[in-house]
Amino acid sequence: MLRYSGRRLLGAIPLLLGIVTLTFILLHLAPGDPTTAYFNPNIPPDVIEQMRRNLGLDRPLPVQYLDWLRSFFTGHFGYSFSQHRPVAAVIGDALPNTLLLSGISLVLIFVLGCAAGVVQAVRQYSAADQVLTLLALAIYSVPGFWLGLMLILLVSSPVLSGWLHLPISGMVSIDHEYLGWWGRVADRARHLVLPVIALGLASAAGVARYMRGSMLEVVGQDYIRTARAKGLPERRVILGHALRNALLPIVSLLGLYLPLLFGGTVVIEYVFSWPGMGRLLYNAILARDYPVVMAATFLFGALVVLGNLLADLLYAAVDPRVRYDGR
Amino acid sequence: MRRAGLLADVLLPGARAALSGRSGGVAVLAAWAFLWALSALRLGRIVATLGGGSADQWLALATLVACLVACPVAALGWLRREPRKASDAPAGPIDWEAFARHRQASIGLVLLAALILVALLTPYLAPFDPNAQHAVVATRFLPPSAAHPLGTDRFGRDVLSRVLYGARISLTIGFVAVAIAMTVGTLVGSGAGLAGGAVDAASMRGVDLLLSFPRLVLLITLVALFEPHLGLVILVLGLTGWMGTARIVRGQVLSIREEDYVQAARALGLGRWRILVRHVLPNALTPVIVAATLGVGNTILAEAALSFLGLGVQPPTASWGNMVASGRDVMLNAWWIAAFPGLAIVLTVMSFNLVGDGLRDALDPRHARGP
Repeated sequence: MLRYSGRRLLGAIPLLLGIVTLTFILLHLAPGDPTTAYFNPNIPPDVIEQMRRNLGLDRPLPVQYLDWLRSFFTGHFGYSFSQHRPVAAVIGDALPNTLLLSGISLVLIFVLGCAAGVVQAVRQYSAADQVLTLLALAIYSVPGFWLGLMLILLVSSPVLSGWLHLPISGMVSIDHEYLGWWGRVADRARHLVLPVIALGLASAAGVARYMRGSMLEVVGQDYIRTARAKGLPERRVILGHALRNALLPIVSLLGLYLPLLFGGTVVIEYVFSWPGMGRLLYNAILARDYPVVMAATFLFGALVVLGNLLADLLYAAVDPRVRYDGR
Repeated sequence: MRRAGLLADVLLPGARAALSGRSGGVAVLAAWAFLWALSALRLGRIVATLGGGSADQWLALATLVACLVACPVAALGWLRREPRKASDAPAGPIDWEAFARHRQASIGLVLLAALILVALLTPYLAPFDPNAQHAVVATRFLPPSAAHPLGTDRFGRDVLSRVLYGARISLTIGFVAVAIAMTVGTLVGSGAGLAGGAVDAASMRGVDLLLSFPRLVLLITLVALFEPHLGLVILVLGLTGWMGTARIVRGQVLSIREEDYVQAARALGLGRWRILVRHVLPNALTPVIVAATLGVGNTILAEAALSFLGLGVQPPTASWGNMVASGRDVMLNAWWIAAFPGLAIVLTVMSFNLVGDGLRDALDPRHARGP
């Protein structure tokens, strides 16, 4: 296991280096440079030239590249034009919020998806199975931003707003500071409800479809028949024997849904004014704040790589075959 | 008797098949009725097109005529043939009969055909000009009514007409971007699979790298570095969607190149490219078709998200994404502006997913015909 983990960790390094390089190329592909954001006929050219020198943009490209590379090891990503703070500080504020939002969505995606899939597989071709199949197909096709808006509409409707009192934007209430510890947790949780649903529901539908197939495959295996034959109660057969084996391939779905999840945060955080990485990236793009754009793009890539790494290790931990088979 | 049958098939195509219980007959008959109703209701616009119309209107007219011809042809040809028995072997690589027996896939295909038809016929279908603004104060924010079935937006524009025109934008972007993605993916995948060695390893690491970025993050960063523009949006959507296809094609090429018929072609002294184009690619094509179908749905979702963020299709051009965005801040007073374009997205993406799933089953013999 240790050797396998080490190999996987080493494999992630070139990928991370590639991501750093690609973001650098992206930055220099753009017409103009960060000073273009300040383009203003009233600023004399020598001031622009001074700015370029201050930002180090007058140096040869390889030097800039090495500098860029170094910044990711030191954590010094440069200076945000629009917020007038170091990029690292800006990201330090936003990253935990995004990790909270996407982490809880991830739990929802897999718990809800697997539960639905198991129910469908156990009652194959029943009315519940058919309804859930159709529902999953429809939900899988719903754009997250629209689902978010419709949820806002729903909880704001006169019927529901009377007793539901769900907040529709931001991360905390105005009186958050005055609440006790439990009050703060509850306040945070209530703000999470709608964004988490909007971010995760479509992917949960996707997981449900895979889980149904995976579970059906396992239920047809000989060892399930053996478990039934030796007189185990159906509950133990399904939850103890079938579920654990059906879950194995589901772990690898993580690699499929992580990019989708982090991409979704851009839109969902915008809809719900959630102060995370997605909204940060979007606002930085509108403000042409290149250092933040590039650092955030890099970080999204790095999060996916690290998430995949974690999924691989998790897979190896639960399925010993992977450790020996995988080259 | 034969003559009466012929006459029935020409005048009411699909009616006889529908009476004998074939759903294809119902579809043809419904299309026939719809086309004639449209022609009767929009006779004025059709006549105006003949007197000199835009390219859009000529395209709509051509579609109308083509479909009016296609209905009787379908009734005389396709609907008269007996369906093949389930036990017989399929004629080509795609088992169309299995596809037709797949209920969800058939529903998806009918929905998709209807969507494409609607997109092409929009100049005749739409009740209003999508960008027309008359007496804005009196006509804005009107709730759904008989005159405006889906209401009006903040400029008094008819939401139904804009949703219909949005279908053309979304479908066009989806198809063109996926065509780009499939071309790039097939080239990279077959190149890597044939070359092998370092080229293969390098290009697959590149695919891994690009797949590490969330697609939407890559999209908004790329679009924002340049100016948002329809051509750019299509190009960027295409260039961020080819990686999955490259992996599929590479895998197919690697397994097919070991097949006997490819070995035979090589033994006969055929060139590398000839073997690739004539023998390997046609056999690798089927999973690519599935990926493409599902890809169009994903691309339409991505375009909608981009346009919703204001980085895709720019107003006043109607796209479903920017329509939802324009309804966002007035949602609590005028819900219809944001709600209906979103429903159109769901319906469109769902029909692509239904067809894609059905194709996968039809292409995969294990699913379609049992053990």
